[in-house]
Amino acid sequence: MTTRRTALALGAALAAALLPAATPALAQGSATSQTTSQTLRIGLREDPDILDPTLARTFVGRIVFASLCDKLFDINDKLEIVPQLATGYSWEDPKTLRITLRPGVLFHDGEKMDAEAVRYSLNRHLSLQGSFRRSEINAMDSVEVVDPLTLRIRLKAPSSPFVSQLTDRAGMIVSPKAAEAAGRDFGNRPVCAGPYRFVERVAQDRIVVEKFPGYWDAASIRINRITYLPIADSSVRLANLQSGALDVVEVAPSDLATLKANRRLRTVIREDLGYQSIIYNVGNGPRAETPFGRDPRVRAAFELAIDRDALNQVVFEGLVTPTAQAVPPASPYHDPGFRPEPRNLERARALLKEAGVATPVVVEMTVPTNPELRQAAEVMQAMVKEAGFDLRIASMEFASSLQAAQRGDFQTYLSAWSGRVDPDGNTWAFLHSKGAQNDGKSANPEVDRLLDAAREETDGAKRRALYAQVWQIALRQDRARVYLWHRAIVMGYSARLQNFTLLPDGLIRPQGLALN
Amino acid sequence: MGLWLIRRLGQVVPTLLILSVLIFGLQQLMPGDPALILAGEERGDPQVLAEIRAELLLDRPLWEQYLAWLGRVLMGDFGFSWRIRLPVAQLILDKLPVTLQLGLMAFVIAVAIGVPAGIVSAVWKDRPADWVANGLALAGISTPNFWMGIMMILLFSVHLGWLPPSGYVPLAEDPLQSLATTIMPAFVLGGSIAGVLMRHTRAAMLTALAQDYVRTARAKGLPERLVIAKHALRNALIPVVTLGTIELGRLLAGAVLTEQIFTIPGFGKLIVDAVFNRDYPVVQGVVMATALIFVLLSLLADLLYMAINPRLRAA
Repeated sequence: MTTRRTALALGAALAAALLPAATPALAQGSATSQTTSQTLRIGLREDPDILDPTLARTFVGRIVFASLCDKLFDINDKLEIVPQLATGYSWEDPKTLRITLRPGVLFHDGEKMDAEAVRYSLNRHLSLQGSFRRSEINAMDSVEVVDPLTLRIRLKAPSSPFVSQLTDRAGMIVSPKAAEAAGRDFGNRPVCAGPYRFVERVAQDRIVVEKFPGYWDAASIRINRITYLPIADSSVRLANLQSGALDVVEVAPSDLATLKANRRLRTVIREDLGYQSIIYNVGNGPRAETPFGRDPRVRAAFELAIDRDALNQVVFEGLVTPTAQAVPPASPYHDPGFRPEPRNLERARALLKEAGVATPVVVEMTVPTNPELRQAAEVMQAMVKEAGFDLRIASMEFASSLQAAQRGDFQTYLSAWSGRVDPDGNTWAFLHSKGAQNDGKSANPEVDRLLDAAREETDGAKRRALYAQVWQIALRQDRARVYLWHRAIVMGYSARLQNFTLLPDGLIRPQGLALN
Repeated sequence: MGLWLIRRLGQVVPTLLILSVLIFGLQQLMPGDPALILAGEERGDPQVLAEIRAELLLDRPLWEQYLAWLGRVLMGDFGFSWRIRLPVAQLILDKLPVTLQLGLMAFVIAVAIGVPAGIVSAVWKDRPADWVANGLALAGISTPNFWMGIMMILLFSVHLGWLPPSGYVPLAEDPLQSLATTIMPAFVLGGSIAGVLMRHTRAAMLTALAQDYVRTARAKGLPERLVIAKHALRNALIPVVTLGTIELGRLLAGAVLTEQIFTIPGFGKLIVDAVFNRDYPVVQGVVMATALIFVLLSLLADLLYMAINPRLRAA
């Protein structure tokens, strides 16, 4: 009798599970428990890499760090540097930086965050094998502890971008005790001084963090837990948001209309710090040895045939910002006078004639596999055809395209950069002849001189003038590459989520957020 | 029998060894430098790239990399994921229950639909039941999994709100919620396999029903039910079992697209992400694990043949 009843109960349970109609509560089950336990669920577009600020590389990883690891400084809406773990900084001389620290800050393991811990973290960023922070702060010569709340950093040479590097992963301070104990596996259990502490990570499934009661700014933290869920497909992310299984997700611009039609959802759009550009191979191996690679007039004709506004309307619903320079309008170093040239087919054809090339000029463009980029490339293909170019699109999976670019196995490469707060992070490595990401190997001593000078210049207006000169020479005269647009970050979020704002870096900062 | 089993198990080791060499070789054919993709946007510092290559032995000759890997595997160490630095063995053990659950659920659905449908359409050949079963099988086979998946999410999650659209809850944590998160992907996977099973069951049943022993069974006055179940079906099952185990093996190797759509953290998602990130130790580990599953399943198929067909037991 008992066994029969159990069997019946089991059967009923199975039937309930197999017949979705019988169990409308299942889908909402998670949603209700969500409200009571106050968990914010954030959908990421890919699984982050290792959660160690020194070894981390991905953008989605930075979104998780925003809750785990506070930085010495942060940025605000105007891209100004504001205090976080530090309370301020001053220059003793152009090569000596003095930083004062916030008193009473604790790491998640209860250890004190002091000048010694900052010195440890900065040295770790500089010296740990395989550190991706080294190139960001290699201007640093030494760190001295003045007193428990004051540091002195000596630089090898004056560096204007240095402080801005401390607003990102290079400025994240880790608990020396935990980092020493874990070594290279620190990222499996990060211990920092951020508002949330690490709970668990199931690879490709979720990362869970919980409120850290000892956080220095505990009053600003109102949500108990945050779960980060990687979901690669943007329409599935959107479906999760619509059904209430997620509270915040990044969506594709084309989904904006669906979002706006839903009264339970809100959207925020921000122009990011980076750009989409076309890298021209002008000096990297034999594939640069074509009229296109050798003659700036041919490249000028190519750019003049592209209508950035039309591209924006056709592919991105008008959401991106057409541009001609590497620095977005949000930055004080943006030059409003340097605008994209309007499309001019007559001039383009005249330039090709002047260069004496036979039309159609065959040009190959390497495009990473991504539906939006592919579409953009096809639109450009049609545009430049009218000027006399035969643009051939070579779709390539991202990992392969990176390698091809570095080896010089490309003619033009549709390539994006996520952007940095300081203009140096958007320019030097890409336009300087010694820049490690100058895949097209453009080289002009005058551009090098200007970029080096801009790196050392501390006066804002003079610095902006230097970058304006870089645009004129590297882009208008040399046509070393072309900047097309600044990308738009489109986030959809539940109307239950209060005080959600987005800075140009696209990170989700938990401070001030609340769930109704 | 015991000897046979030992001999069969003995074949597993060389199979896996040959496979590991193949995988190592094939990975080299993939374009893309693992250190470069690992660095991604942060590829600006050549010295860091060199350090990564040195740490991961990428700067050594291929045979040296292989022997180092083999040596560690023989000690039970499958290495760690280059991207997230978690041990490969742990990743595989984390994903195994997920893939097992999803695979078995899909398989049960496939068998529960496919085999009876095949029998029905063979017994009522060229009648409406046959047409309907054939039509459904064709639809099941030819509908792409990802499309079916998205449609199910839109219907059951977005419009009706009955099921969670994606994600996974472990069976031990909350059995009901766990079934709710896996039923849609299991149905998508099982549905397409059901179509294949139905076709094969139908063909095998038609052959069996035309045999002399079936005519004899009918002639001696056995009820039709017994003729079908005992005489025809039992003989028809052999090709179906072969096919079934192969399909089960494929399910347990991970369902790449379906797992991607429903964000189920199983083998399929693990290996796809690992290939895109050139995370070689993970690719190697997962391929070895699935190979082992396949080898064991084909052993199981052989044992099942013996259970169905007594003549094989003597051999």
